[in-house]
Amino acid sequence: MYLRNDSRPQGSRLSLRVAVVGGVGAVLFAVLFFRLWNLQVLSGDKYLAEAKNNRTREFKVIAPRGDILDRDGDVLVDNRTSLALQLNTRKLPDDPVEERAELARLGELTHMSLRQVRRSIEKGEEVAAGAPVTLRRDVGFDLIAYVEENQDEFPGVAVQRVFVRHYPDGVRAAHVLGNVGEITEAELKEPRYKGLEPGDEIGQAGAEYAYDEFLRGDPGLTRIQVNALGQPTPGGQLVSMPPTPGDNVKLTIDGDVQSAGEGGLAARGLPGAFISMNIDNGQILAMGSNPTYDPTVLIEPTQAQVNELYRDEVLAPLVNRATEGAYPTGSIFKIITALAALENGQITPDTVVQDNGQIEVGTDTFENAGGVAHGAVELRRALQVSSDVYFYLLGLDMWKTNELQEWAHKLGIGRPAGLDLPEEGETLLPSKAWREQLVKEGLALEDRPWSAGDNIQLATGQGDLQTNPLQMAIAYAALGSGGRIVTPHVGLEVEDEAGRVLKEFDPKPQRKIHIDPSHRTVILEGLHAAAQEGEGTAAGVFGGFPIPIAGKTGTAERPGHADQSWFAALSPYPNPRIVTVATVEEGGFGAESAAPVVLDILEAIYDKQAAEVSSAGGAE
Amino acid sequence: MYATRTRNARPEPFAVHVGIGERLGLANMDWPLTIAAIALIAFSVFTLGEATQNDIPGDPNYFLERQAIYAALGIVGMVLLTRIDYSRFRELRVGIYTFLCASISLVFVFGFAARGSRRAFELPFFSFQPSELGKLLLVLALAGFVIDGARRGSAVQRTVRYLCLGLAPAALVFLQPDLGTSLVYVVATLAVMYFGGVPWMHFAVIGGVLATLVAVVLVVAPAAGVPLLKGYQEERLTSFLNPHEHEGGAGYQQNQSKVAIGSGEITGRGDKATQTRLDFVPERHTDFIFAVIGERYGFMGAAFVLSLYALLFWRALRITTLSKNAYGTLVAGGIAVALLFQTFVNVGMNLGIMPITGIPLPLMSYGGSSVLATFLAVGVLQSINVQAHLSQRGRFAW
Repeated sequence: MYLRNDSRPQGSRLSLRVAVVGGVGAVLFAVLFFRLWNLQVLSGDKYLAEAKNNRTREFKVIAPRGDILDRDGDVLVDNRTSLALQLNTRKLPDDPVEERAELARLGELTHMSLRQVRRSIEKGEEVAAGAPVTLRRDVGFDLIAYVEENQDEFPGVAVQRVFVRHYPDGVRAAHVLGNVGEITEAELKEPRYKGLEPGDEIGQAGAEYAYDEFLRGDPGLTRIQVNALGQPTPGGQLVSMPPTPGDNVKLTIDGDVQSAGEGGLAARGLPGAFISMNIDNGQILAMGSNPTYDPTVLIEPTQAQVNELYRDEVLAPLVNRATEGAYPTGSIFKIITALAALENGQITPDTVVQDNGQIEVGTDTFENAGGVAHGAVELRRALQVSSDVYFYLLGLDMWKTNELQEWAHKLGIGRPAGLDLPEEGETLLPSKAWREQLVKEGLALEDRPWSAGDNIQLATGQGDLQTNPLQMAIAYAALGSGGRIVTPHVGLEVEDEAGRVLKEFDPKPQRKIHIDPSHRTVILEGLHAAAQEGEGTAAGVFGGFPIPIAGKTGTAERPGHADQSWFAALSPYPNPRIVTVATVEEGGFGAESAAPVVLDILEAIYDKQAAEVSSAGGAE
Repeated sequence: MYATRTRNARPEPFAVHVGIGERLGLANMDWPLTIAAIALIAFSVFTLGEATQNDIPGDPNYFLERQAIYAALGIVGMVLLTRIDYSRFRELRVGIYTFLCASISLVFVFGFAARGSRRAFELPFFSFQPSELGKLLLVLALAGFVIDGARRGSAVQRTVRYLCLGLAPAALVFLQPDLGTSLVYVVATLAVMYFGGVPWMHFAVIGGVLATLVAVVLVVAPAAGVPLLKGYQEERLTSFLNPHEHEGGAGYQQNQSKVAIGSGEITGRGDKATQTRLDFVPERHTDFIFAVIGERYGFMGAAFVLSLYALLFWRALRITTLSKNAYGTLVAGGIAVALLFQTFVNVGMNLGIMPITGIPLPLMSYGGSSVLATFLAVGVLQSINVQAHLSQRGRFAW
């Protein structure tokens, strides 16, 4: 021990100890300096980025979706702004008791039970984990004021201005327009939704789906500065990028014609569908399905509404029967049989057949409707009075040749039509090959080959045929235009807010087929006679209609149902521009219910044309 | 610098011209030490003024004003102590020690609790934390005991006696509970013993025992189901090892502190220092003030502050070798090591390489007790320096 207090401690032992402490101190300071250098100079940029990220919160500013307009520019769908009560679940109290209390308070405000609140949170988390959950839209100002005055009681609750789809005419064109909804997990992975985030709304059906990329717009961004508690700090708005609204999409739909069709169909009070289309370019002027629905309901359906809309498989209001239906067509199919027989040389327009009201094939007997005998008929007359026997014989003739199926296929029966909307249903054109395949797979009800009877049935649009108004419209359009198989579409053009056209949709025809003009003429003659002359099957309906048309009734026997009524019309005769097809389930004879629907549509079209012509001073 | 200064150039004690410095007894102060201490407190006041403008609504200068008052009081205390011969404290060692233990104990009775810990008395104008001043008192008393007991008992007995004397107040502080300050007591005790000549072998044994203790407290006891530390204490001590596991708790503070310092880069972010301004870094005016400096003034500011601490430590250590007596050496050594320890642990904690122990940064963290105690300690160092010169024996200079 070197201590002796009165003298200054000396010697190498103290020096050593001081030196050791000095050395340790030097090392410790060196460590601090090195660490400081490492943090600030070597990785400073990384930490700076982290700090900036730390203190900013980005808020997406939702872009208003574009409007959907009809061909005249009348609004079919636009937006209204609505105030939505949103809950940021991350800001809920950690304490389960407090959380429960807050959710209960919220439930009281929004007229929901605690369970309902929890369920909507769960649902929201499923769709987009972490994103604010919308508890209720369209909240009133009094409720908002209450929440804002009592912010302390409602941590995490915010009021957001949201855009909600608005359908000024309720159910009108519901099936064409479709609806929007929050993007799902599965959709987020699809390439067409690249760049979208959970919580974004996209078109889920109809034109909203088909033209989503134009309607959608780009969200804006507000970046604000927040403190550690996530509260905005004064003057902390760092970036504000306004959203780019979606473009407007103009449809080929004519609102007036659409209304007429829907009104006519609704008047029948039965399920059914109609379509009216330009035969030259495939523009769909009107298309509807009954029963229909109000798309507003889909924005926030109640459980009862979900049941009604989704669960009722018989009425199935969401189904667009014009494109998703699958029916036998009855006699309106006969033009296809006629075309096939004419083009293949089975008959000439003047070939006469003796119609005794029925034919017998093997053990089976095939009768005219009501067993009426039409006597000697050639093609025009056969079409006018709808002689089944005439076409039964053609079906029998073409039983083994598959020519009927080839022509039906060429005209678009039983194959995708190329419609721009996502709703296009499965259809079936029965044939020998189909039958054999069915038997091979053991799916046939009867284990038998394709019979003459099968082909006879098909020749009159009966039997296993499953098609829809859209396909029949395309086939009739092909007849009317002399062989052009159009691409049906409802999209006309994309416009910006100022109405400047950004893009036009004019899809090329799917294909062209050769139809001898004389054959076309004779069939149209037959159809014109059927619609508007004397004994014509629809003369009772169209006899007094001022515009000459070519039309055909159909009465389809649908297993398990009463007869289904069909009518297909090409107008004006003899140089048609528009095809119109309607069908009414269990509507009886073609002239009974489908033809009046077509009449309503044609009246709307030609009344409007006449009005336009007169207002334009007789031009066009 | 000192090598070039000849002793003859210094004024004689009874010279005719007596300057103001001479009259205040400041002539023989260690000026680099004084400058370092005052520069640090000035930096502290400046930083608090800039960084805490919005902390107390309606009183933007709350922390600045108070810290300035503490600084002024501290400087006065330092000057007063400079004029006193520190050797008297050796004679008062029993009284000092008694006062130390009593004041710490009284906190248990009269102290007010802050965040679950009783550390301070609530006085009319500020709250006084006896354990801060206790650091200096412990050094002063323990150095006295070491000198006094230098010839009594065997080396082992002496070591055990010093340890007991030092660890008793450390234990009291630990029970407040104030883990950080009690660690400073332990380190100061060991430092005084070290400069008192306790054999190296004893330190090796103490080191071994300490290592075992840490292992028992942190690993063995919790594993056996007998937690000796409170949960938050253990988490703070270990979270710096893997901060991302403790993102929400203790690790959060340290992570934010690291981000703050790193984001300062070379020149600092000034008023754009969002990390420390927007509450991401907690306790920014006390334990994490170094993060504020790092973010606002960058590497240049932080390194400058670190350099001042290095200067402080060097001058304090230098004084151990100048002292006119062994008591002064022990006191200066204890103070120097305690300052080094506090600086390293606090700055290391800010930089994410040391655990969170709640040790303030001397002369920088806001707080009257700490500022006053540190200035008094610097005053004692100055007194040792002055006495060394007055006794004409301070020939040795680095």
